[in-house]
Formats: sequence, structure tokens, C-alpha cells
Amino acid sequence: MRFLFKTDYEDDIRLFPHSGYVVSYGVLLAILAIAPFVLSSYLVSQLVFVCIYATVGVGLMILTGFTGQASLGHAAFLAIGAYTAAYLQQFNVPFPVYFLAAGLLTGVVGALVGFPALRLQGIYLVIATISFAFIVEEVLARWESVTHGNEGMRVKTIQLLGTTVSRDSPGFYFLCLGFLILTILGTLNLLRSPTGRAFVAIRDSETAARSMGVNVSLYKVKSFAISAAITGFAGVLFAHKLSFISPEMFTLQLSIEFIIVILIGGTFSLHGAVLGAIFLVMIDPFLTYLKDDMPGIIAGIAATFGAGKDTAMRIKDSAAAIASANGLKGAIYGLIIVLFVLFEPLGLYGRWLKIKLFFQLFPLYKRATFKRQKIYVKSERNR
Amino acid sequence: MLDFVQQLVSGIALGCVYGLIALGFVLVYKATEVVNFAQGDLMMLGGFFAFTFIGMLGLNYWLGFAGAVICMALFGMLAERVVVRPILGYPQFSIIMATIGLGYFLRSIVGMIWGTDDFKIETPFSHGVLRIGSLVLAYDKLSVIAATVILCTLLYLFFNRTTLGTAMRASSENMLAAYYMGIPVKRVVSIVWAISAAVATAAGVLLAPITFIHSNVGLVLGLKAFPAAVLGGFGSIPGAVVGGVLIGVIESMAGFYLPQGWKDVAPYLVLLVVLLLKPEGLFGVHTRKKV
Repeated sequence: MRFLFKTDYEDDIRLFPHSGYVVSYGVLLAILAIAPFVLSSYLVSQLVFVCIYATVGVGLMILTGFTGQASLGHAAFLAIGAYTAAYLQQFNVPFPVYFLAAGLLTGVVGALVGFPALRLQGIYLVIATISFAFIVEEVLARWESVTHGNEGMRVKTIQLLGTTVSRDSPGFYFLCLGFLILTILGTLNLLRSPTGRAFVAIRDSETAARSMGVNVSLYKVKSFAISAAITGFAGVLFAHKLSFISPEMFTLQLSIEFIIVILIGGTFSLHGAVLGAIFLVMIDPFLTYLKDDMPGIIAGIAATFGAGKDTAMRIKDSAAAIASANGLKGAIYGLIIVLFVLFEPLGLYGRWLKIKLFFQLFPLYKRATFKRQKIYVKSERNR
Repeated sequence: MLDFVQQLVSGIALGCVYGLIALGFVLVYKATEVVNFAQGDLMMLGGFFAFTFIGMLGLNYWLGFAGAVICMALFGMLAERVVVRPILGYPQFSIIMATIGLGYFLRSIVGMIWGTDDFKIETPFSHGVLRIGSLVLAYDKLSVIAATVILCTLLYLFFNRTTLGTAMRASSENMLAAYYMGIPVKRVVSIVWAISAAVATAAGVLLAPITFIHSNVGLVLGLKAFPAAVLGGFGSIPGAVVGGVLIGVIESMAGFYLPQGWKDVAPYLVLLVVLLLKPEGLFGVHTRKKV
């Protein structure tokens, strides 16, 4: 186990506390850099979605994970970013300009949402953000002169520095990856600044933060604006990846998916956003695999345990029926959320930390180290 | 004028539906300070149980109704035991996420078992209308209004007059203190889930002739019931029904008098305005800690 001796504040806030970080993240970066030339185009495309979802996850993490303000309306911010890009594109605005414009506009909208949200807490905030998302969805469907309503809008390929970056090219992958890395670095930097400290203070106790002189309203609005802006940027990339956008893509379902991303990853660290995005995006290929290969494998197992040929065939058929049932994806989503909330509240990154600590402390690891404290709720009405 | 009254009445009937679902939210919230996002899906599941008993097994309507309510009360207890009890006492957001997950799960499981078609139950209220002057009221809508009034009164009396009701309010106020006072908080929570699932089932069955039964009905109506509960002040039983009726009337008026599209947004606009101006709702009690 490595002990870090910190002698001053600069040591404490370093982004890379020791050389091990540089090495491991360098290796990861190298692997990601060669990925598009090695993997199949389908997997690269999934990786692009991982990057976009992870970017949104980082944005949501700032708001939910670090400022403690839940939001089920982030699909609306994504939609605003995507539609701004699609709209400005019609006037031949260059990519960097409309990319920035989309982020800025979404940030402003986020701040506007943040103001009313100041008076709201907990469940009321969740409901208010849901309502906001519904209203945005309806506006997109009805404001036909700008959004083309339910017909949707085509999004042209990116023109950058005189070259065309098509949505399936490695160039687009690097664009998304680069933006994700920039966002993560920017967020890490933000979190070690006074602003980030204020966010965390508000999350831990609003009363205490206010007593310490933190301007709670200002920082909540800031948090909303930053989170929305990052989501808006991701929206531009999302629109380009799909090359077609319509209002029914940005429903409550998508907002819930974003929450799932940070919930599964772990809501206390940026690692969680990335791990959660990988998990969520990779469910799809996994389900396809389940559909295609699982019945055969199950039948094979049954056959080795002495089932007759007919029984094996029957098992195979029923397994195939279950695997291709309509609602399977929803059921698996639901199950995953419930299981994570119940058994792995710290998410995938929490599990990784536990495994790491287990080996570091071997044989002295105690499960109680990560035990959650019960904080029997007192009435919110008296808070 | 007649149009207006007709819209008003159908709005009230629609609003009572929202009110019934909101009652379920409020019950669980009142006793545990937890918001059950799967409430609409419990309603949908109740409707499917009733469909199985009445439509598939051919039971008498009232018998099937009672059977569905009992089954769902047990299911509510089971859901509480499996999903909510282990995380009771942890941050609210975890419980909200768990109930969202439960809702997802129920929706797709129901879709797998019963299929994704629309189903219908033959009820004594399915046909026939009541005429008052030139005003036409369908029995199915009247039955919803009547049931809402009855259920609301019963639950209000239950919460304010019985020992169990007081225990529920106490455990919502401060769970730990309620434990110390000898209230079996776990059993109280489990009973409250049973009651709210039963109320949801009643809503689902009464609704069956109006909206039909399909696996997404809970999601759609459940999301409309949120504004109702918030408008009424999320902890008040009469508030839920009044909020529901207001939302229903607003929605049906917006559908009739305003251009297309307003109908779906109006409840949420009202919700946002209410949250801005009076976050504690119309009937809520609000005390704020000053720093």
C-alpha cells in the first residue's frame, strides 16, 4: 500500500496524486486511441455513444452527485443542444460556432430552470424537472417553424477545418472522446476550486453551507447552468451521431437513462459517470447476444446434464421465446436499477474501490468499512 | 354554456381519476415521506388482475373487484418488503430510483404476460347515461366520482381518527422517535403500502371502461397525478383529490378552448407555477428552517 505524504495544499489538490495515475491513465488513453482501428465499426459506434452518455453523465454528476440536486429533466437539455445545432446548421453556420452556441444557450436555459428550482427540494425538484422536460418536449413537437414538429430534422455531417467528419469515421470518435476528456478535466478542475467546494458543501448540508457564508442560491444556479451546458454540448454530438432528431427521442425515458448512468456508476465520483455509461450502452449488444446465442448454450448445458434430444430442443425453444420477448429490455432495466439501489448503492466504481481495498488490506478487509449509515428520515416538512 | 358545464363535468371525472392515483402517492408519502413512482404501475397491475378475474375467469364483477383489491394489497406488501424495506432510512433519492425501477419492471413483465393489446372489462357502469336536462353524464364517469368521494372520506377519517392512522402520521414525522414510542414502524409502512396498492387497484378497475387496460396506462396517468398531488400539497388527503379535480378541469378546459397541444402541457405549466408561488401546495403545511 502506498502512503502519500502531503506537505502543502498544492499536494492535496493535485489532479494526478502520484505517478501511478499518469501511467494507468496513459495506458488507457493509448488503448482508446488505437480502438477505432482495431474494433469493428459497430463497437466503435457504441463507444461513441459511451462517450456521449458519459459526457451527459459528468454534467448530471455535477448537479446530482456533487450539488445534491436531483434532475429528471436532462433529456430536455440534450434536446435543446441538439435542436440548436440542427437549426443553426441550416444557415451554414460553421461547426465550432454552433457547437459553442448550443452549449451557451443550454447553459442559459439551465440557469433559468435553476432559479425556480431554488425554492424546491427533494421530490418537488424531481417533479419540477420532469414537468420542465415535458414542456420542452411538447414545444419541440409544436413549434414547427423552427423544429419541424414531429417530422424531425436532418442533421448534416460536420464540416471541420475544411474536411468532412462523417458520423461513422474515427474522426468523429476522436471528437467525442476528446470532448469527454476535456469535460472531465474541466470538471475535476472545477471541483477543486472554491465553486466546486461550495457545491459539495451544499450537497452535504445546505444549512451548514449557508452558515459558512456560501451563497446557496448563486451556487445552485451555477450548478444548474454548468450541468445544462455540458449536456447541451453533448446534445450537439448526439444529434450528429444520429443524423436525425425528432421530439420523441428526448422523452422521460432518456432522462431516466441518464440517471441510471450515474446511479450504476456511483454518484460520488466522475469515474462513475464513465463506468455507468459503458454499462448502459453495452446492455444493447449484450441483449442481442442473449437473443442469438443464449438458447443454444442453455440447451447445450441441458444436454450435457443428461436431457434427451427432444427435451433439449424444447428448452432451447422456450429460452429463445423468453430472450426475444418484447419487454425484456425494460424488465432488465428495472431489475438493474432495483438491484443496484438495494445491494450496490455506491455503484460500479464503489465496487472497484472495495475490491482494491480488499487487496490492499488483505487479510484485514472489513465489509463494515463501506456500510451505509441509516439516517432515519425526519419529516421534510420540518427541515 | 352547456359546453362549459359538459367540459366541467368531464374534467371533474377525469380529475377524480388523477385524484385517486394521487391519493396513493399521498398515503405512502404521509406515512413514510417516500414518493412511490410506481403508483401508476400498481394501478395498471390492479387493472390486469381484475381483467384476469372478470374477463378471463368469468367471475362476477364485484367478486373480481374484491379479489383484485386483495391480491394487490398483498402485492403491495410484498413490493414494500422486497424493494423498500431494505433501504428504509436511506436518502430519499435511492428510494425514488428503486420505485422507478420497480415501475419499469412491472410494466415490461405485464407486457410479457398479458401482451401489449388494449383490454376491456365489462362492468355494470360500462353502458348507460344519466340525463339531467340536456346534460349527459355517463355512468362510468359518475362511478369514478362517487368512488373518489367515498375513498377520500374513508381515508381521511382513517388517518385522523384511528390509532393506526395516528401511528402512520407519527412515523412520517420522525421515524426514529416513532420507534422509541413503541410504534411498529415496519409494520405500519407495510400496511400503508397495502392500502395504497388497494386504492390504486380501485382506481384501475373503475378506470377500465374509460381508458381500457394496457401496460402503459399507469405511466401516463401516474405522471399526470404528480401535478395533482403537488397542487394539493403532497401530504394532504383532501388536497390530493382537490388537486386532481383542478388538474382534470384545467386539462379538459385547455383541450376545449385552447389550440391543440395545450391540453398535455397545461397541467405541468400549472404545476410549475404552483411550485414557484406556493411550493407547499394548496393544503400543505410549510415550516421553514431559518439560518
